[in-house]
Amino acid sequence: MSTHRLRFTLNGTPRELEIAADRLLIDVIRDDCGATGTKLGCGVGICGTCSVLVDGELVSACLVPAVFVDGRSLTTVEGLAQDGELTPLQDAFIRDGGFQCGICTPGQLIAATALLREHPRPDGREIRDWMMGNLCRCTGYYGIERAIMRASGAGGQSDGRGLGGQRPPSLS
Amino acid sequence: MSYDYHEPHSLDDALALLTRFGDDGHLMAGGTATVLLMRQGLLRPAHVVSLRTIDGLSGIARTPQGGLRIGAMATHRAVERSDAARGYSPALVDAFASVATVRIRNQATVGGNLAHADPAQDPPPMLAALNATITVRSPRGERTEAVETLAVDHFTTSLSHDEVITSVLLPPILPGTREVYLKFLPQTADDYATVSVAATLRFADDATVADVRIVLGAVGPTTIRAKRVEDALRGARPTPERIRDAAALVRDEVDPLDDLRGSADYKREMARVWTERALAALTR
Repeated sequence: MSTHRLRFTLNGTPRELEIAADRLLIDVIRDDCGATGTKLGCGVGICGTCSVLVDGELVSACLVPAVFVDGRSLTTVEGLAQDGELTPLQDAFIRDGGFQCGICTPGQLIAATALLREHPRPDGREIRDWMMGNLCRCTGYYGIERAIMRASGAGGQSDGRGLGGQRPPSLS
Repeated sequence: MSYDYHEPHSLDDALALLTRFGDDGHLMAGGTATVLLMRQGLLRPAHVVSLRTIDGLSGIARTPQGGLRIGAMATHRAVERSDAARGYSPALVDAFASVATVRIRNQATVGGNLAHADPAQDPPPMLAALNATITVRSPRGERTEAVETLAVDHFTTSLSHDEVITSVLLPPILPGTREVYLKFLPQTADDYATVSVAATLRFADDATVADVRIVLGAVGPTTIRAKRVEDALRGARPTPERIRDAAALVRDEVDPLDDLRGSADYKREMARVWTERALAALTR
């Protein structure tokens, strides 16, 4: 099997690796770079747990051949906070209970970061359409939607329909 | 998975590699389908040839005649965000926006989708309903083929191993034409369709149907053109009764499988229901 020299930045830090042709991005991020914030869930591009940004575009790291990111810029959950300062989105996830067990949270944060870059003031429907592919096994979808609303400046006011499941009491 | 990976920098170099590797080579565009098939052991190429590093394959632009040309390496999301595509046909944008999730649409390409020939995919029926053709390059030169006839069976196209889809060409849409893409999703919003219906319809001056094209997804080994339904409408006034009777003919044109999205009988019935709804939407 062929090997390939890969140059990219991970959360702003330049990386250079020699990798086999068949390595997947999720494995290179976690095993070679040690950035284990990004989780591997279904491994077939459905659950959203391995969501990362490649040049700002949201993708499933389990479906991306690592050779594809040569010359690109990667953002994972570790790259969101700057100098220990959480982003407004991360802060809103804490305030609104945007997680329960937490396994999907890195992917939810990355997906929602991409959403807010493209739609800075999304309505409930836009949030649900965009976040639909990020599964939460605890069904904590109302909190996630509220957190995204809050981070967008809408003060955590959703239309109450949520992404599904039972609506928990507001924590704020 | 274990393969040698190649990144040619020109189409000619890619074609030379594909010719050299023959059946041991496999082309990769966005990689969403290829990676899955390789991980599941359904595809075991010795060589993967990527189109990623070839420039000029991802443009989306209106043609001087009023059509639309989409580069084969344009992602689904690029079509979704393209003013040129939206200006050509909002229904075409709907079809690309219906595929899976944002993550998949950021990676999956227009040409890769067509080469994958998954009969349940959203774009092929809409492209076929809009009478799209693909441009194909090989060492023997360039040829075109209708999207409607590209797939010949489940996950099988008429392309040979040394042919590369370079672009999709959509012809100008005649004035008075309406288009729609409907996807029946009884389970989750990111699922494959249980049945999908793409249709275009053009009225004549006397309010009869001058032309109509109806193409269904997910109810056969390939997309299915509903020619008997079309014939029952062409030249007629599309009254609700006429539409209902015409749509009923689709039951004998589709060839669905029993699977987790429903029995074959159920999908035949849903093909009728959604064909009728598509035609109602176009004649409202």
